[in-house]
Amino acid sequence: MSLDKSTVVQIATLARIRVPEEELEGLASEMDKIIGWVEQLDEVNTDAVSPMASVVDVKLIWRPDEVTDGDCCERILANAPKKSQGFFAVPKVIE
Amino acid sequence: MSELNHLTMAQARDGLAKGEFSSAELTQAHIAALEVSRGLNAFVTETPERAMKAAQESDARRAKDRDEPGSMEGLPIAIKDLFCTEGVLTTASSHILDSFTPPYESTVTANLWRAGAVMLGKTNMDEFAMGSATVTSYYGPTVNPWQRKDDDKPLVPGGSSGGSASAVAARAALGATGTDTGGSIRQPASFCGIVGVKPTYGRCSRWGIVAFASSLDQAGPMTRTVRDGAIMLGAMAGYDPKDSTSADKPTPNFETALEQKVKGLKVGIPEEYNMEGMSRDLLALWDRGKEWLTAAGTEMVPVSLPHTKYALPTYYIVAPAEASSNLARYDGVRYGFRAEGETLQEMYENTRGEGFGAEVRRRVLIGTYVLSAGYYDAYYLKAQKLRALISEDFREAFEKVDVLLTPTAPSPAFAIGEKMDDPIAMYLNDVFTVPASLAGLPAISLPAGLSSDGLPLGLQLIARPFDEETMFCTARTVEEAANFDVEPALMVGA
Repeated sequence: MSLDKSTVVQIATLARIRVPEEELEGLASEMDKIIGWVEQLDEVNTDAVSPMASVVDVKLIWRPDEVTDGDCCERILANAPKKSQGFFAVPKVIE
Repeated sequence: MSELNHLTMAQARDGLAKGEFSSAELTQAHIAALEVSRGLNAFVTETPERAMKAAQESDARRAKDRDEPGSMEGLPIAIKDLFCTEGVLTTASSHILDSFTPPYESTVTANLWRAGAVMLGKTNMDEFAMGSATVTSYYGPTVNPWQRKDDDKPLVPGGSSGGSASAVAARAALGATGTDTGGSIRQPASFCGIVGVKPTYGRCSRWGIVAFASSLDQAGPMTRTVRDGAIMLGAMAGYDPKDSTSADKPTPNFETALEQKVKGLKVGIPEEYNMEGMSRDLLALWDRGKEWLTAAGTEMVPVSLPHTKYALPTYYIVAPAEASSNLARYDGVRYGFRAEGETLQEMYENTRGEGFGAEVRRRVLIGTYVLSAGYYDAYYLKAQKLRALISEDFREAFEKVDVLLTPTAPSPAFAIGEKMDDPIAMYLNDVFTVPASLAGLPAISLPAGLSSDGLPLGLQLIARPFDEETMFCTARTVEEAANFDVEPALMVGA
């Protein structure tokens, strides 16, 4: 399939990235080329292959589910572009 | 005390132990070198005051307890700007992390400071480690200290750990940390004529490293000698309960491993790495590598890794997919850059639209596409199956051989501005490094010779999982035989 301008608009919305109108065409053609290139994987029959989940044989370990930190509101908010009364501040979401 | 910045890490360590100079003097020499080399744009942030304070503290520790110094006591190094450093700006060379000052320290850097190392500053890189030339940085490209014969056109240092590679090659740091997702330590090491080590996935903790593709990202050292790489990896590695993929294994003494005998080892030569269009220089260098190792008593064994040609397209599904998910956190709410908008959605879109550069945007969009409803099986699942086959190729090869010898990169460093129009041409830089990344294997690049136009070329050694020891001792043998002693044109104190 070919990846067109409207697909890019749709993906960009999903990814929450604003793409200026004049860049859509170029981006669609670049992405179409990359997707066309990765599609060479279709040459390989993988019907009997299980997808790889992890490269190393590591068993995930259990730990007690307990609070190990807290009381650090100021440190957490220190890098916030906007904050208000101990919270991150964002544009109004409810009228 | 001049030329302290020309010592290797091991020489500096021994000089400090003998009291020939102090860490303050050693660090001062590197700060001076770093200032002289500013034209390379290797650093995003310099931290000279912090460095001098740490060096003086190191000298005080040594005076108090001379017998038990840390393994990197008093040694000044640079840190890739992808590692979170408490109280020091950490940007991932992205506009979207503008003014981000982490309130915590990454495990790898914390390990280095515990071993006594001194931080000179944070190095430039491709934005979010996405690139092979350090040209996608928001802070501008880094310059390679090497130049072509009879041509002073600025060359790329490779990437993404290009600032680290450039700083180490220019003698502005004894060593530097890098991270490698598909070749981001080994390829810049090859381009800058230094040693770069990507350890086994799980050897170094990823905690506190800005995430790109979590199933591939690994931290490693970039140094001027194999021994220095062994010293520095020893200080960086170790189990960390904060990273669930960190391996609960003891860290071997990598420096001792350098003395292991290579005689009798079987060295695999993967036939698929002999690719069309490879330069004669590179093929000749690969042949010399085989001769050196044969002379040292190892046996060359041809092996086949049949799925090699699918490694790059597999990588360019897996890595962007994981990146699109990891980079979802940059939303202008909790840290970094924010562009305002009328609604929350608009604020997100404006922030991410303005905050990400072109290559990062392209990869997040590709990743979003291959993970989107209806395409997941066709792309992501398919790639994970290919990854299993690629990994199986290596497993079979390592039943017959102990280590693999290959070139590191298909070409020497190219000029800044080249390969910019075609993303796939840029991706091909990593053709020899990506397969080992997909399989999580340890690999090292070391400088072994020069191209016909006078630029360094690297050879790569790949070993079994968690067998960095065989990788290091084989690399040491190649290093000794190659006797690479050419220095870059733009080196400090040349």
